Amino acid sequence: MAQPKIRVLIAKPGLDGHDRGAKVIARALRDAGMEVIYTGLRQTPEMIAEAALQEDVHIVGLSILSGAHLTLVPRILRLLKQQGQERVRVMLGGIIPDEDRPKLEAMGVAGVFGPGTSTTAIVEAFSRAVEPQELKAAEG
Amino acid sequence: MNLVPPVLAGDRLALARLLSLLENETPEGLQDLSALYPRSGQAHRVGITGAPGTGKSALVNRLVQELRARADPPQIAILAVDPSSPFSGGAILGDRIRMRDLSGDPGVFIRSMANRGSLGGLARTSSDLAAALDAAGFGIIFIETVGSGQAEVDIAGAAHTVVVVDAPGMGDAIQALKAGILEIADIVVVNKSDLPGAKTTLTALRATLELAPAVRDKDKGSDWTAPLLLTSATSGEGIPELAEAIGGHRRFLEQSGEWEVRERARVDQEVGRLLRERLAERFLKAQPDGLYEAALQKVLAREAAPGVIVEQLIEGADAAN
Repeated sequence: MAQPKIRVLIAKPGLDGHDRGAKVIARALRDAGMEVIYTGLRQTPEMIAEAALQEDVHIVGLSILSGAHLTLVPRILRLLKQQGQERVRVMLGGIIPDEDRPKLEAMGVAGVFGPGTSTTAIVEAFSRAVEPQELKAAEG
Repeated sequence: MNLVPPVLAGDRLALARLLSLLENETPEGLQDLSALYPRSGQAHRVGITGAPGTGKSALVNRLVQELRARADPPQIAILAVDPSSPFSGGAILGDRIRMRDLSGDPGVFIRSMANRGSLGGLARTSSDLAAALDAAGFGIIFIETVGSGQAEVDIAGAAHTVVVVDAPGMGDAIQALKAGILEIADIVVVNKSDLPGAKTTLTALRATLELAPAVRDKDKGSDWTAPLLLTSATSGEGIPELAEAIGGHRRFLEQSGEWEVRERARVDQEVGRLLRERLAERFLKAQPDGLYEAALQKVLAREAAPGVIVEQLIEGADAAN
């Protein structure tokens, strides 16, 4: 039996064209031994939910710099739920005002990471989000 | 949980889960695959290989759009393999970036795979995932390899049809191709025909192919000669012709009896590899603690060559039985 891996989808929903942050995070997660599916810029919520389903990921990491997080995130969460992907955890990074954090967390976002968060902290949060049991059972 | 009924009913979430179980080589996954196996064997497995940066993913993106736009299109699955980091074991799987046009088509399923240390251009379990997709009703399965040059030819054993992709400006890549993956090509493509130098690459490849035709089973009397095509995933040039060539190769395989020959070669390769792995695993497990380590130490101390030590291990085990 092979060692199961944490699988992560890193996606940039919306229209902002800066993916340097997303790439840095993808690289850090890879270096922590995770398999990171990187989908590129300007993904719609539908594209993100579909990719998460086909790739059977544990975590979806969203990078949003445009300020549209309160519109995009609920749509993505709703789609994931509709498709039976409740177990997928959603993490959010980018420029997120502090006052929006409680709202996002209430919606079900598992972690919000603003500018200046260290990659180490992000990697730790991603690692902790997936129970060893869940990996061991390999989603069976 | 038995995933077989939902997978057969077209439940994509169940299919995705099953692919994970197979990728992790779990007993549950193997059991489900075994139940599904009698339903496999219909799909056309098409390998897409070539050096990194030749545009394999973009080409698949265009090709699948072309095939899906035809009358009564097959369902199409894509297995896209990218390398794992040899140090962390993690991977960045980026093939979907080039396949965004396929998003939203319910007849297309894309799955990214890390090769997890496997060296032949595929992952160990790629063929199992292809079999599951086959049983789930996908009529064509594209298997895109890790960017490959010379030695990564596992795809030849895993696919019915191998498309080797080259592009202009790859420089010595043609030289590499000459000795390497060009020999396994059923179809040769020069992609990026919109870039300068495409014609030169085409001419050079044609010359190479004339010297040593890429006829995969030529020693077995196959009379298929790999066509050489010029494509552009950007403009769409040559894509319908490529789709035709792939369909044409399938018809050739079926009419010539080569289909069965390749299926047998594939099964031989898979069963043989598993047998070797499992036997070695079981053998080592049955050895007394420390014996294997002691054998390694003898080699490290240059007291015996590896081949001799292996013989001694096997003889020792035989004597103990």
